[in-house]
Amino acid sequence: MPPKRGNDKDKGKKKGRESLESQNQEYIPPPPPMPGDEFTMPSREVVKPDNQLKLSEADLNEEIAKMLTANNPIAAQNVVRFNMKERTFKLEPMVEQSITLYTTDGWLLFKGSDEAKRQIDTEKLQAEAKAKFQAEIDRASSERREDGVEINPPDDSRQLRNQFNFSERAIQTVNYPLRDRDTFTEPPPTANISGTCNQWGIYDEYIKDLERQRQDEALKSKGGKKGQQQQQQTNPHGGAHMATLVATKTEHIPVMECDNLKQSLKILDRMVNQNMFDEIAMDFRYWDDTSDAFRPGEGSLLPLWKFMNEKAKRRQVTSICWNPLYDDLFAVGYGSYEFLKQASGLICLYSLKNPSSPEFSFITESGVMCLDFHPEFANLLAVGCYDGTVLVYDVRVKTEEPIYKATVKTGKHSDPVWQIYWQGDESNRSLQFISTSSDGIINLWTLSKSELVPECLMKLRTVAKDLATGEVTEEAAATQGPAGGCCMDFNKMPGQDSIYLVGTEEGAIHKCSKAYSSQYLSTYLAHNLAVYSVKWNPFQQNSFLSASADWTVKLWDANEPDKHQLNFDLNGSVGDVEWSPHCASIFAAVTDDGKVHMFDLEQNKLLPICSQKVVKKAKLTKIVFNRKQPIILVGDDKGCVTSLKLSPNLRGKINQS
Amino acid sequence: MSEIEATLTRVQNHKGVLGVVIVNNEGIILRSTLDDVNTKNYAELIPSLSNLAKNLVRDLDPQNDLEFLRIRSQKHEIMVAAREEFTLIVIQDPLVGFAQ
Repeated sequence: MPPKRGNDKDKGKKKGRESLESQNQEYIPPPPPMPGDEFTMPSREVVKPDNQLKLSEADLNEEIAKMLTANNPIAAQNVVRFNMKERTFKLEPMVEQSITLYTTDGWLLFKGSDEAKRQIDTEKLQAEAKAKFQAEIDRASSERREDGVEINPPDDSRQLRNQFNFSERAIQTVNYPLRDRDTFTEPPPTANISGTCNQWGIYDEYIKDLERQRQDEALKSKGGKKGQQQQQQTNPHGGAHMATLVATKTEHIPVMECDNLKQSLKILDRMVNQNMFDEIAMDFRYWDDTSDAFRPGEGSLLPLWKFMNEKAKRRQVTSICWNPLYDDLFAVGYGSYEFLKQASGLICLYSLKNPSSPEFSFITESGVMCLDFHPEFANLLAVGCYDGTVLVYDVRVKTEEPIYKATVKTGKHSDPVWQIYWQGDESNRSLQFISTSSDGIINLWTLSKSELVPECLMKLRTVAKDLATGEVTEEAAATQGPAGGCCMDFNKMPGQDSIYLVGTEEGAIHKCSKAYSSQYLSTYLAHNLAVYSVKWNPFQQNSFLSASADWTVKLWDANEPDKHQLNFDLNGSVGDVEWSPHCASIFAAVTDDGKVHMFDLEQNKLLPICSQKVVKKAKLTKIVFNRKQPIILVGDDKGCVTSLKLSPNLRGKINQS
Repeated sequence: MSEIEATLTRVQNHKGVLGVVIVNNEGIILRSTLDDVNTKNYAELIPSLSNLAKNLVRDLDPQNDLEFLRIRSQKHEIMVAAREEFTLIVIQDPLVGFAQ
């Protein structure tokens, strides 16, 4: 009865439905339509189990996204492997997500693959062999028919294998069960090495390589010669030389003695000095006295560094000379002007960069009276001493000994040498200098290989003005004795190089020439006391200055020996006078009262444009101008050299920056 | 040799120089006029800074090289000569004037 059964079914279905509902009340499957029962809507009951999670409306309405992914839910997510590089166990992020559901091996091969080709070849071979065999069989049978002799049919056991003539027997050996054994080793001991590579590291390596290559080449070319020499002389020097050729870098100099340290210390010393004298260094470079704009015709001197030395304190500065090559280097000679207080002499080479201590210093036996640098070979320093010796030093050489020394045998002067000058390199290759001394002899010294060779240029004789005739005559040497030369200056004008002036102790100035050794060209009866300095004007021909102990400085025209052009009375014995190297009309003079007087003849012919006391209680002995910078050096008799900066008015119309 | 010693003594005795330290390239202190603590500090800190400065100079131009390094602080000035074999450090107080 369909309805009954349908009801039973219905009930069963209902029950099933209930149970279904109890499990999952969200999905209520509609019952399949009953035959004949399509129009009755079945009632639905919603039954909530007790332990169901209670959600709020919002939560119920919350949309939960369900994603379909291709991940394998069974795949492990926490696979860990040991990483050799980092020596730790690391989680594997990516795990195999694919599951193999079904595999089967196929038997189709691609025609072009290797395996397929091999198979085709073997098939071909088989076909060929079969054809050959068949051919043989045919031949054999045809032969048999001919001969009638039984010949063994060709062996075809290989071809035909069936159960009648072929049996296969197989044996299986014992297969030992395989077991896996593995061990883990300790990760090898590792050490961390790190380095950085810079562009300059690469550059250094290339340079070193280049050096090595060059050395190798040098060795190869010299190796033959040096080897022979070594065999001939068992001189240790030869061996050492070869060794040094091979291993230039393997000798180990202790750090405290290497050259680098010396150099660095020297520069650091200068840096410390620069810090100490910072203001002075700035002034030297940049400060210009602006008040000079308001005072035309007047100038001032700004004191800069003072160069002092312990050893020099007891001595007097007798000469200063700038080095022609290095603008900041100058030499100072120390000695004594006193006849009774004679001691050893000192030469110090200072640099403006280090005012605290000299770069080089040499001690001489007797006081230094004058010195001069060679204009071309700036390492040669000629020195004249109080006892009449002349010395030549090479300042590069570290020893304290002069390279040349004049002794009694080689004709040194018998009186102090007051002035010394190098002669420029002329056609003769040897170096020469000229010295003048109180014994009246002017000597031209030549540097030969081992010693100094003097040649007398001139013998000074005293002159006296004949009161009656007004003429200047030279008196015979017998009556008056030789005149003493106190100072000397060579004319720097081109073409007049051989003309020089000599100032004497008696106050006369003589113009002489290197060509004529017997006569003066002209004489100027200049002063009443000793002439301490004569200087030609570097720009204007034929004019020169003379400074004397009679408190005056006189300007002369060389063509008028009778009368001086200008006379300046300075109220004190004038130690030295010098023209400015920048301006033709400016010169400076120093006096015993510690003052520096500067004159500008273009502006004022009578009065100095600057008269300034630069030292307290000391007599100034020497003054020099610097060629490039607007500074002057003044030496005094307490052993101190003061540097002063010229204010703009003192530098003349040509103001160099 | 003795010339180095003479120059070193001169630098030490300048007015305002607080100390001189010489360190070799491995960090061993060769010479110092400061007390232990300060010497150690300087010997540790200065070479690394001078290496950085040297890197800077040479990275900009490999043919160039660092000669000196000067650090001016409020209280004093540190001057460093950085070479391959050694590092030379001088500390000076530049305001201690030298009366001229």
